[in-house]
Amino acid sequence: MRETEDEWTGLMRLAISGDSAAYHRLLKAVTPVLRAGARRGLARAGQPVDQSEDVVQDILLAVHLKRHTWDAKAPFAPWLFAIARNKLIDALRRRGRRVFVNIDDFAETIPDEPVAETVSASEIAAQLQSLPARQRDVLQSIAVESASIKDTAAKFAMSEGAVRVALHRALASLTARLREQ
Amino acid sequence: METEQLIRTLAADNLHRARPVGLVLALALLAAAPVSMVMFLTEFGVRPDVMTAMHNPFFDLKFVVTLALAVSAIVVSLHLSRPEASLKGWAWLLLIPAGILATAIASEMMMPQRLPMMTRLIGSNSRVCMTAIPLMSLPLLAAALIGLRHGAPTRPAVAGAIAGLLSAGLAATLYASHCTDDSPLFVATWYTISIALVTAIGALVGPRVLRF
Repeated sequence: MRETEDEWTGLMRLAISGDSAAYHRLLKAVTPVLRAGARRGLARAGQPVDQSEDVVQDILLAVHLKRHTWDAKAPFAPWLFAIARNKLIDALRRRGRRVFVNIDDFAETIPDEPVAETVSASEIAAQLQSLPARQRDVLQSIAVESASIKDTAAKFAMSEGAVRVALHRALASLTARLREQ
Repeated sequence: METEQLIRTLAADNLHRARPVGLVLALALLAAAPVSMVMFLTEFGVRPDVMTAMHNPFFDLKFVVTLALAVSAIVVSLHLSRPEASLKGWAWLLLIPAGILATAIASEMMMPQRLPMMTRLIGSNSRVCMTAIPLMSLPLLAAALIGLRHGAPTRPAVAGAIAGLLSAGLAATLYASHCTDDSPLFVATWYTISIALVTAIGALVGPRVLRF
């Protein structure tokens, strides 16, 4: 467990220094743990656990957009779990639940049950439609069609810089829309 | 959307770098400061006898107290902009201005005074004080909240309250140069009430605007 957390911290440091592959690996590594925590939290609140993937995706977006608040000298797990708890509380509130989030929901780094590798959730997909056309096109190209930034730039006759800006804006506005809903 | 797809997309955005919270907070406060300054200069202004007043240690002390409040609130709010942070181990910083003020009251008590205690406490500017500080705080409070919004505060009411303290500390620093009441008793009473009001506003607004 400690080893896992140290590995996360190391990957996050690499990610911050510009290693996108390390970042990809880190997000993949934390997702099952987040999923298990989200399921535990939803079950405790008497909510159907099949909504857990929306919570997981919410957490991942927040982790991404707020990673500049992580102190690279500190361990990564406490920061991650603080974000995760906050997002779980948010999700339960939105569903009109009185919130008793057990702080242990996200305190374990070992997922208690294996879950299928690819899991789908509906909230992001629903909000995707309300994004400005350019942002939506770029996001869809990269997320759904697995195109690279370079290919996406060529496809829409944009510069790579413009694709990067549109992609980041799309993620930020997606998060804002999920928050407001 | 599949989580796998989302993760790939986030990784593709890895090179994007957000500005540090401290920088955004500083820029927002710098942008709001002129607004409060204009309010100060048009509505209140520096007291006419400021040159003489500067020789009174209790006049100078007002700035020490209000600036100590502003600085410690800035430090605490930056700490609270991190999701895993709590007030534990940091709240004592906010006691520094209170400690300075208590020391000032004690030393004033030990000196011979021309005016009785209650007269010094009630002063002659209490109503202006309670209007000026909250009003001049508002632009700064908005700025502080914008700065903190860039962070990830998981205790938004507390973070909002600290933003209130921060902005009220700065506004009180401006107001202190207008106010002719220099007794620490006056400061401890009316400044505190005004600052508490702004802090309460921050605590109420925080949960609405600081969610991320």
